Amino acid sequence: MDSGPSTEVTITREDALKYYRQMVTIRRLENAASSLYKEKAIRGFCHLYAGQEAVCVGLEDAITKEDSVITAYRAHGWTYIRGVSAAGVLAELTGKQSGCAKGKGGSMHMYCKEFYGGNGIVGAQVPLGAGIALAKQYQGTKDVCLSLYGDGAANQGQVFEAFNMAKLWNLPCLFICENNGYGMGTSAARASANVDFYTRGDVVPGMWIDGMDVLAVKQGGKFLVDLCREGKGPFVVEVATYRYTGHSMSDPGTSYRTREEIQEVRQTRDPITHFRDKIIDAGLTTAEEIKKIEAEAKNEIDEAVKIAKSDSELSKEHLYADIYANPLEEEIRGLTPFTTHKHQRVATPINIKL
Amino acid sequence: MHSIMRSAVNSAFKQGAINRKISTTAALNVKLMVRDALNSAIDEEMERDETVFVIGEEVAQYDGAYKVTRGLWRKYGDKRMIDTPISEMGFTGIAVGAAMAGLKPICEYMTFNFAMQSIDQIINSAGKTFYMSAGSVAVPIVFRGPNGAAAGVAAQHSQCYGAWYTHCPGLKVISPYSSEECRGLLKAAIRDPDPVVFLENEILYGIAFETSEEAMSKDFLLPIGKAKIEKSGDHITLISHSKGVGTCLDAASELAKEGISCEVINLRTLRPMDVETIFKSVMKTNHVVSVEQGWPQCGIGSEICARIMESPVFDYLDAPVIRVTGADVPMPYASSLEALALPRAQDVILAVKKVLNVQ
Repeated sequence: MDSGPSTEVTITREDALKYYRQMVTIRRLENAASSLYKEKAIRGFCHLYAGQEAVCVGLEDAITKEDSVITAYRAHGWTYIRGVSAAGVLAELTGKQSGCAKGKGGSMHMYCKEFYGGNGIVGAQVPLGAGIALAKQYQGTKDVCLSLYGDGAANQGQVFEAFNMAKLWNLPCLFICENNGYGMGTSAARASANVDFYTRGDVVPGMWIDGMDVLAVKQGGKFLVDLCREGKGPFVVEVATYRYTGHSMSDPGTSYRTREEIQEVRQTRDPITHFRDKIIDAGLTTAEEIKKIEAEAKNEIDEAVKIAKSDSELSKEHLYADIYANPLEEEIRGLTPFTTHKHQRVATPINIKL
Repeated sequence: MHSIMRSAVNSAFKQGAINRKISTTAALNVKLMVRDALNSAIDEEMERDETVFVIGEEVAQYDGAYKVTRGLWRKYGDKRMIDTPISEMGFTGIAVGAAMAGLKPICEYMTFNFAMQSIDQIINSAGKTFYMSAGSVAVPIVFRGPNGAAAGVAAQHSQCYGAWYTHCPGLKVISPYSSEECRGLLKAAIRDPDPVVFLENEILYGIAFETSEEAMSKDFLLPIGKAKIEKSGDHITLISHSKGVGTCLDAASELAKEGISCEVINLRTLRPMDVETIFKSVMKTNHVVSVEQGWPQCGIGSEICARIMESPVFDYLDAPVIRVTGADVPMPYASSLEALALPRAQDVILAVKKVLNVQ
């Protein structure tokens, strides 16, 4: 790379309000998920995205709906921004049939067109993303794939394998490290001998982006996406961000960091309040308009929570549905040989024609 | 690794001198090596479908470590014959991702021993995504390569993964024996919309099987999930897959001389397992011996035993089912010890005589 993106950004009022609305909605979505978890309406793992909203909002605006995204287990914000409704996300979290994976995937396994999850094996999504990029290139499109991972996953061997092959084959892939400072309770510095994640692609060029600034994320992301479309990929991107909550709902998130640290980020670098002040100061909106957007976001999430709570779970025969796209056995064994069940094919895949 | 591979290839070629006459098909007029059967299956499916491509180590310019992909790079070029670095976990993930995004990858492992590096991608990413996504993301991919013991390559290169992959819902697992089924089942696997693990056998690569003219057709497909009765018999059923089928046929020939009539079932597919064919045979012969090169514990034979015991056909058994398996040890290198670690015809004969209670 000879030069980087411009550090001056122009934004329309329309885009500013869109970013704000999206970030506020995702924050509310995660707050709702937190409450639902505490009410025991959500089971198992639940990893919240609060604090990192500017990353998915900025990057989504740097790509089109034809481009692909794959991420790890902190997937709620990404699922929403890729096109699943708030109800589709929250009902998935509560395991209900209106969830985007009908309650069969849960927090870590949500999908929609050109969004390939939601992956629960840390780092495994990185080569998957390179493979999606390979398919884009193979099919002769100009589309790209964003392959996201955290600072924790950055030390998985297969991440480096993916960098190497992506570079060998010039894949249109952005490897994006959402560095939120901690892999579970292990700080980046305790896990990585080199914490400059954007430099870890070896000969793959890298870029560091302030992930608390949605405009920087959009600007940097768009710059690299455009280069990828010209066949100049791949790139490694480090987006520096912060998670307000613990690693998951079972982690208070205060044994390995101080409450003061979290408070300081909230007060000085919060991606939402920071952006709100900026766009009000710039005269793009007013405090009244902001209040209106916040009220609308609250309504959207409140409605989604109602659905997530009131909807029912799939009926029991769905336990034996959609195991294979082309099932060869009519009967699937249950817990004992005395109970066999019909293998049902219910859904139509979104990624292939059958 | 490569020098080991080369000597293994040579040994497979030497084995090629041994031609096995099998099959119940009437018109037998082509002799086809397993290696060429696989090659032609891949070639035809690549010709038929632009989205089919091959990815793996040494598949392109080297012509394949075992020459299964010989000539395909010259025909299809870099785009569709992708040589990878030695990065099993990475290139398996890339292949699975490409399948999710609309391609039909054939992911080759130099041997399935190396696929242990990538078994997470095979099971968690390929095998579970369709279910986790409630049927919205299919993963049409074939994972293939030589499986099980070769010759003289010691413990880390001599393991059968049939039981490993067969354990997992979401995967289909094929373990073919003859050239005909390598063609028909590999072509079917490539066209299938689900992830298929296709377990070949290195020793069989160089063996020429008599193959029907029908099987040479570009439209020749065999059904995944159906076993084949290689030889009909009355006294006892021998059930096996891959190279073990040959061992069973050898044993059956010997036993026939003593008036013992064996029915030999070639499973062909390990998941789903064709238990109907097994059950019918049990009802006919009332005696079963399973034969496999893999280890005994939780093996294919164990599954066969369990399936029979859990079904009403258990009552048709006149004696316990006996498993003939690989010895319960890591594979030794020395030739004489290696030979004792894998089932031979004489081991099958011993088991049959024990089950039938004859001398």
